[in-house]
Amino acid sequence: MGIWESFYNTVIYDNRYMYILEGLLNTIIIAFFAVILGIVIGVLVAIVRNYHDNSGKLKLLNMLGKIYVNVIRGTPVVLQLMIIYYVIFKSVDISIVLVGVLAFGINSGAYVAEIIRAGIESIDKGQMEAGYSLGLSYSKTMRYIILPQAIKNILPALGNEFITLLKETSVGAYIGIIELTKASDIIASRTYDYFFPLIIVALIYLIMTLGLSKLVGLMERKLGKEC
Amino acid sequence: MLEAKNISKSFGKNLVLKNISLTVEEGERLVIIGPSGCGKSTLLRCLNYIEKPNKGKVLFEGRDLSDSRVDINKIRMKMGMVFQQFNLFPHLTVLENMILAPTKLKIMRDEEAKKKAISLLESIDLKDKKDFYPSQLSGGQKQRVAIVRAMLMDPKMMLFDEPTSALDPEMIGEVTSLMQKLGDDGMTMVVVSHEMNFVKNFATRVIFMENGTIIEEGSADQIFNHPKNDRLKEFLSKVA
Ligand SMILES: Nc1ncnc2c1ncn2[C@@H]1O[C@H](COP(=O)(O)OP(=O)(O)OP(=O)(O)O)[C@@H](O)[C@H]1O
Ligand SMILES: [Mg+2]
Repeated sequence: MGIWESFYNTVIYDNRYMYILEGLLNTIIIAFFAVILGIVIGVLVAIVRNYHDNSGKLKLLNMLGKIYVNVIRGTPVVLQLMIIYYVIFKSVDISIVLVGVLAFGINSGAYVAEIIRAGIESIDKGQMEAGYSLGLSYSKTMRYIILPQAIKNILPALGNEFITLLKETSVGAYIGIIELTKASDIIASRTYDYFFPLIIVALIYLIMTLGLSKLVGLMERKLGKEC
Repeated sequence: MLEAKNISKSFGKNLVLKNISLTVEEGERLVIIGPSGCGKSTLLRCLNYIEKPNKGKVLFEGRDLSDSRVDINKIRMKMGMVFQQFNLFPHLTVLENMILAPTKLKIMRDEEAKKKAISLLESIDLKDKKDFYPSQLSGGQKQRVAIVRAMLMDPKMMLFDEPTSALDPEMIGEVTSLMQKLGDDGMTMVVVSHEMNFVKNFATRVIFMENGTIIEEGSADQIFNHPKNDRLKEFLSKVA
């Protein structure tokens, strides 16, 4: 079988490329909304934990945050995905893509929280104290003094986290989400021809992750200039 | 103006301040001396509640800092603090460093804050550095900026924690003379310092601390020329 034939058979015939497009769309939807959810959860958890470390308040929330981070980071994401789908939403009629968004978002939130916390903690304690000593509150000190400095450490790590997340959405296939990897698998198992489906999908992942890296690099440089 | 009543502070099992009381009157320049690790910084930091004492009270103009109805941020606006490591904000220029707190706290408008900041910078000959970042300044310049940053808030009192300890010897003078000038203008100050020559002329009162307690207290003349306690005598012979 020639290479053209193989390509025609796996990609063009019977509109098989539509699987790849559908998979790509689902991958992008899940990754995009999971990133947003992850940032929201991560920022909240990081703030709670940092505020607690600074003031001793919010004991219960801090403990919940700690448990959340440890559980998420201590178990495989596939398992979290399956638990959310097969256990939590067992008898609920819910879009499987939405389950993916929730699972990956909740997963990402724990990593984002730790990234932000580490970024904040990398700033010299004297900065917080200087802010306080001028009469600034915790939130004003955070906003005007700590975060603008911490963002330079946070951003590259966040970028890496999102690249990881994008790739990890491939395990969505475990609960039957037709995302990019699953799409290539579907075509391959129909045609018994793995070459193009796998290579094309690999290239698509590569283009997306390289694009993200570029974007993060660009933002870093822009932030770097502001100082 | 400021009163600390029986304050104790421990870090874990390490009891760092043991039942310390002191008062600071308006216009006083109180200097705290003592060997390393005796709790001088901790005491100073308890005075504006950057460190919270485990026991005892701190009263500023009669208001109890531990009282939940007292807004600690408002109190701190009136108590400037200067740190050993300057703690300028590295992402902001000199001018931005100065006007951040007054403008964000809405004490001054942007224009007013800038005008006052520039005139303060002018008084310490650093007006031409107003758009520089802290990393572009010498140690002495950084510390003087930190001092005028605190002054822009128009505090009633200022706390200094070893303001010259991180400086090269040739830069100590520019910082101590600024502090002297502040004192001459009537600023109430509490200063932790190892710079004995400066302390002798500067302090209106000196406290000698050891091991978390105040061992001796008196005028600069009493402490330096007629020390009573043996530990103080030993300390002075070491630092002299
Ligand atoms: N945040 C902290 N956590 C734990 N221990 C601390 C903390 N801050 C200070 N200590 C301890 O408290 C004791 C007193 O420290 P402090 O900084 O008040 O001493 P100091 O008199 O200012 O010393 P120096 O002259 O070296 O600055 C030291 O034993 C120090 O290790
Ligand atoms: Mg100290």
